[in-house]
Amino acid sequence: MLSKLLLVGAGGFIGAILRYGISQWISKRTVSTLPVATLFVNLLGSFTLGLLTGLDLSNFSVLFLGTGILGAFTTFSTFKLESVQLRFKKNWKIFVLYTVLSYTLGIALAWTGFQLGGIFSS
Amino acid sequence: MIYFYVGIGGMIGASLRFLIGEWLKAPDQWFPYSTLTVNLTGSFLLAWFTMGIVEKFSLSSKWKAALGTGLVGSYTTFSTLSMDAVSLYERGDVVLSLLYIAISIFGGLALSMLGFTLGKRRAS
Repeated sequence: MLSKLLLVGAGGFIGAILRYGISQWISKRTVSTLPVATLFVNLLGSFTLGLLTGLDLSNFSVLFLGTGILGAFTTFSTFKLESVQLRFKKNWKIFVLYTVLSYTLGIALAWTGFQLGGIFSS
Repeated sequence: MIYFYVGIGGMIGASLRFLIGEWLKAPDQWFPYSTLTVNLTGSFLLAWFTMGIVEKFSLSSKWKAALGTGLVGSYTTFSTLSMDAVSLYERGDVVLSLLYIAISIFGGLALSMLGFTLGKRRAS
Protein backbone atom coordinates (compact mmCIF):
# COMPACT_ATOMS: atom_id res chain seq x y z
CA MET A 1 0.00 0.00 0.00
CA LEU A 2 2.76 2.44 0.96
CA SER A 3 4.84 1.62 -2.12
CA LYS A 4 1.75 2.16 -4.29
CA LEU A 5 1.16 5.50 -2.61
CA LEU A 6 4.77 6.55 -3.21
CA LEU A 7 4.49 5.64 -6.90
CA VAL A 8 1.33 7.69 -7.30
CA GLY A 9 2.77 10.58 -5.29
CA ALA A 10 5.97 10.71 -7.37
CA GLY A 11 3.87 10.64 -10.53
CA GLY A 12 1.63 13.39 -9.17
CA PHE A 13 4.67 15.56 -8.48
CA ILE A 14 5.78 15.23 -12.12
CA GLY A 15 2.29 15.55 -13.63
CA ALA A 16 1.43 18.73 -11.73
CA ILE A 17 4.73 20.41 -12.70
CA LEU A 18 4.22 19.43 -16.36
CA ARG A 19 0.68 20.85 -16.34
CA TYR A 20 1.79 24.07 -14.68
CA GLY A 21 4.73 24.48 -17.05
CA ILE A 22 2.76 23.80 -20.23
CA SER A 23 -0.15 25.99 -19.08
CA GLN A 24 2.21 28.89 -18.34
CA TRP A 25 3.91 28.44 -21.71
CA ILE A 26 0.64 28.34 -23.67
CA SER A 27 -1.05 31.17 -21.73
CA LYS A 28 1.89 33.51 -22.37
CA ARG A 29 1.69 32.89 -26.11
CA THR A 30 -2.03 32.88 -26.81
CA VAL A 31 -4.73 35.49 -26.52
CA SER A 32 -8.03 33.64 -26.36
CA THR A 33 -11.20 33.68 -24.29
CA LEU A 34 -11.31 29.89 -24.72
CA PRO A 35 -9.06 28.35 -22.00
CA VAL A 36 -6.79 26.61 -24.52
CA ALA A 37 -4.08 25.64 -22.01
CA THR A 38 -6.38 23.48 -19.85
CA LEU A 39 -8.11 22.13 -22.96
CA PHE A 40 -4.76 21.09 -24.43
CA VAL A 41 -3.48 19.25 -21.32
CA ASN A 42 -6.83 17.52 -20.82
CA LEU A 43 -7.02 16.29 -24.42
CA LEU A 44 -3.38 15.21 -24.59
CA GLY A 45 -3.71 13.43 -21.24
CA SER A 46 -6.95 11.68 -22.25
CA PHE A 47 -5.36 10.30 -25.43
CA THR A 48 -2.23 9.13 -23.59
CA LEU A 49 -4.21 7.43 -20.81
CA GLY A 50 -6.32 5.65 -23.46
CA LEU A 51 -3.13 4.44 -25.12
CA LEU A 52 -1.65 3.21 -21.82
CA THR A 53 -4.87 1.41 -20.91
CA GLY A 54 -4.99 -0.25 -24.35
CA LEU A 55 -1.38 -1.39 -24.00
CA ASP A 56 -2.39 -3.32 -20.88
CA LEU A 57 0.79 -2.53 -18.94
CA SER A 58 1.93 -3.75 -15.53
CA ASN A 59 0.30 -2.56 -12.33
CA PHE A 60 3.45 -0.55 -11.56
CA SER A 61 3.25 1.43 -14.82
CA VAL A 62 -0.48 2.05 -14.48
CA LEU A 63 -0.05 3.52 -10.99
CA PHE A 64 2.96 5.67 -11.81
CA LEU A 65 2.08 6.81 -15.35
CA GLY A 66 -1.73 6.61 -15.29
CA THR A 67 -2.92 7.43 -11.77
CA GLY A 68 0.13 9.53 -10.89
CA ILE A 69 1.47 11.46 -13.88
CA LEU A 70 -1.57 11.62 -16.20
CA GLY A 71 -4.04 11.86 -13.32
CA ALA A 72 -2.31 14.99 -12.05
CA PHE A 73 -1.38 16.32 -15.50
CA THR A 74 -5.07 16.57 -16.42
CA THR A 75 -7.53 18.42 -14.24
CA PHE A 76 -11.28 18.66 -13.76
CA SER A 77 -11.53 21.38 -11.10
CA THR A 78 -9.75 24.07 -13.15
CA PHE A 79 -11.83 23.14 -16.21
CA LYS A 80 -15.05 23.68 -14.24
CA LEU A 81 -13.89 26.89 -12.58
CA GLU A 82 -12.95 28.33 -15.99
CA SER A 83 -16.41 27.31 -17.28
CA VAL A 84 -18.14 29.01 -14.34
CA GLN A 85 -16.08 32.17 -14.91
CA LEU A 86 -17.18 32.18 -18.57
CA ARG A 87 -20.76 31.74 -17.43
CA PHE A 88 -20.58 34.71 -15.03
CA LYS A 89 -19.09 36.82 -17.81
CA LYS A 90 -22.15 35.73 -19.86
CA ASN A 91 -19.80 34.43 -22.54
CA TRP A 92 -22.29 31.69 -23.45
CA LYS A 93 -20.84 30.78 -26.83
CA ILE A 94 -17.35 30.07 -25.47
CA PHE A 95 -18.86 28.38 -22.38
CA VAL A 96 -20.76 25.86 -24.53
CA LEU A 97 -17.85 25.42 -26.93
CA TYR A 98 -15.42 24.71 -24.08
CA THR A 99 -17.73 22.11 -22.53
CA VAL A 100 -18.57 20.39 -25.83
CA LEU A 101 -14.95 20.32 -27.06
CA SER A 102 -13.61 19.00 -23.74
CA TYR A 103 -16.01 16.07 -23.45
CA THR A 104 -16.41 15.04 -27.09
CA LEU A 105 -12.74 15.33 -28.02
CA GLY A 106 -11.51 14.02 -24.65
CA ILE A 107 -13.62 10.86 -24.87
CA ALA A 108 -12.98 10.40 -28.63
CA LEU A 109 -9.22 10.73 -28.08
CA ALA A 110 -9.25 8.32 -25.11
CA TRP A 111 -11.14 5.82 -27.30
CA THR A 112 -8.68 6.30 -30.20
CA GLY A 113 -5.71 5.84 -27.88
CA PHE A 114 -7.33 2.75 -26.36
CA GLN A 115 -7.84 1.18 -29.82
CA LEU A 116 -4.28 2.01 -30.88
CA GLY A 117 -2.89 0.56 -27.67
CA GLY A 118 -4.89 -2.61 -28.27
CA ILE A 119 -3.37 -2.98 -31.75
CA PHE A 120 0.18 -2.55 -30.43
CA SER A 121 -0.21 -4.88 -27.47
CA SER A 122 -1.58 -7.80 -29.48
CA MET B 1 11.00 27.48 -7.06
CA ILE B 2 7.27 27.87 -7.60
CA TYR B 3 7.47 24.69 -9.71
CA PHE B 4 8.62 22.78 -6.66
CA TYR B 5 5.62 23.95 -4.59
CA VAL B 6 3.25 23.00 -7.41
CA GLY B 7 4.94 19.58 -7.48
CA ILE B 8 4.50 19.04 -3.74
CA GLY B 9 0.84 20.03 -4.09
CA GLY B 10 0.53 17.56 -6.96
CA MET B 11 2.08 14.80 -4.87
CA ILE B 12 -0.48 15.33 -2.08
CA GLY B 13 -3.42 15.76 -4.47
CA ALA B 14 -2.66 12.61 -6.47
CA SER B 15 -2.12 10.60 -3.25
CA LEU B 16 -5.51 11.68 -1.87
CA ARG B 17 -7.18 10.75 -5.17
CA PHE B 18 -5.52 7.33 -5.03
CA LEU B 19 -6.64 6.73 -1.43
CA ILE B 20 -10.25 7.55 -2.29
CA GLY B 21 -9.94 5.13 -5.21
CA GLU B 22 -8.71 2.39 -2.86
CA TRP B 23 -11.53 3.11 -0.43
CA LEU B 24 -14.18 2.83 -3.18
CA LYS B 25 -12.58 -0.11 -4.97
CA ALA B 26 -15.62 -2.40 -4.69
CA PRO B 27 -18.37 -0.01 -5.94
CA ASP B 28 -15.95 1.28 -8.62
CA GLN B 29 -16.28 -2.02 -10.46
CA TRP B 30 -19.87 -1.09 -11.39
CA PHE B 31 -19.67 2.67 -11.77
CA PRO B 32 -16.80 5.22 -11.45
CA TYR B 33 -17.81 6.51 -8.01
CA SER B 34 -14.30 7.45 -6.91
CA THR B 35 -13.56 9.65 -9.95
CA LEU B 36 -16.94 11.37 -9.50
CA THR B 37 -16.21 11.89 -5.79
CA VAL B 38 -12.83 13.58 -6.32
CA ASN B 39 -13.97 15.60 -9.33
CA LEU B 40 -17.12 16.95 -7.71
CA THR B 41 -15.59 17.74 -4.31
CA GLY B 42 -12.49 19.20 -6.00
CA SER B 43 -14.60 21.46 -8.25
CA PHE B 44 -16.27 22.92 -5.17
CA LEU B 45 -12.95 23.30 -3.31
CA LEU B 46 -11.04 25.01 -6.10
CA ALA B 47 -13.77 27.58 -6.76
CA TRP B 48 -14.25 28.26 -3.03
CA PHE B 49 -10.49 28.53 -2.48
CA THR B 50 -9.86 30.77 -5.51
CA MET B 51 -12.77 33.16 -4.93
CA GLY B 52 -12.73 33.13 -1.12
CA ILE B 53 -9.54 32.08 0.61
CA VAL B 54 -7.12 33.65 -1.88
CA GLU B 55 -8.99 36.96 -1.75
CA LYS B 56 -9.65 37.01 1.99
CA PHE B 57 -6.10 36.22 3.07
CA SER B 58 -4.52 37.81 -0.03
CA LEU B 59 -2.40 34.70 -0.54
CA SER B 60 0.77 35.02 -2.57
CA SER B 61 0.98 33.50 -6.06
CA LYS B 62 3.21 30.80 -4.57
CA TRP B 63 0.44 29.54 -2.27
CA LYS B 64 -2.23 29.98 -4.91
CA ALA B 65 -0.21 27.82 -7.32
CA ALA B 66 0.74 25.20 -4.70
CA LEU B 67 -2.74 24.72 -3.21
CA GLY B 68 -4.98 25.53 -6.18
CA THR B 69 -3.08 24.46 -9.30
CA GLY B 70 -0.97 21.82 -7.58
CA LEU B 71 -3.01 20.20 -4.84
CA VAL B 72 -6.66 20.56 -5.91
CA GLY B 73 -5.74 20.52 -9.61
CA SER B 74 -4.04 17.13 -9.24
CA TYR B 75 -6.66 15.76 -6.85
CA THR B 76 -9.18 16.07 -9.70
CA THR B 77 -8.56 14.48 -13.06
CA PHE B 78 -9.89 14.59 -16.59
CA SER B 79 -7.97 11.74 -18.24
CA THR B 80 -9.53 9.11 -15.95
CA LEU B 81 -12.98 10.61 -16.59
CA SER B 82 -12.50 10.18 -20.36
CA MET B 83 -11.21 6.64 -19.92
CA ASP B 84 -14.05 5.73 -17.51
CA ALA B 85 -16.60 6.82 -20.14
CA VAL B 86 -14.79 4.70 -22.77
CA SER B 87 -14.58 1.67 -20.45
CA LEU B 88 -18.31 1.80 -19.66
CA TYR B 89 -19.10 2.06 -23.38
CA GLU B 90 -16.73 -0.82 -24.27
CA ARG B 91 -18.38 -2.91 -21.55
CA GLY B 92 -21.74 -2.35 -23.26
CA ASP B 93 -23.09 0.00 -20.59
CA VAL B 94 -23.92 2.87 -22.95
CA VAL B 95 -26.63 4.31 -20.70
CA LEU B 96 -24.32 4.29 -17.66
CA SER B 97 -21.60 5.94 -19.73
CA LEU B 98 -23.95 8.74 -20.76
CA LEU B 99 -25.22 9.08 -17.19
CA TYR B 100 -21.64 9.36 -15.96
CA ILE B 101 -20.87 12.13 -18.47
CA ALA B 102 -24.08 13.99 -17.58
CA ILE B 103 -23.35 13.85 -13.81
CA SER B 104 -19.80 15.08 -14.47
CA ILE B 105 -20.98 18.02 -16.60
CA PHE B 106 -23.90 19.25 -14.50
CA GLY B 107 -22.65 18.15 -11.09
CA GLY B 108 -19.24 19.69 -11.73
CA LEU B 109 -20.72 22.99 -12.88
CA ALA B 110 -23.20 23.12 -9.98
CA LEU B 111 -20.55 22.46 -7.33
CA SER B 112 -18.05 24.84 -8.87
CA MET B 113 -20.73 27.53 -8.97
CA LEU B 114 -21.65 26.87 -5.33
CA GLY B 115 -18.00 27.17 -4.28
CA PHE B 116 -17.65 30.33 -6.36
CA THR B 117 -20.69 31.98 -4.76
CA LEU B 118 -19.86 30.93 -1.18
CA GLY B 119 -16.24 31.96 -1.63
CA LYS B 120 -17.18 35.39 -2.90
CA ARG B 121 -19.54 35.89 0.03
CA ARG B 122 -16.79 34.90 2.42
CA ALA B 123 -14.30 37.26 0.85
CA SER B 124 -16.55 40.33 0.96
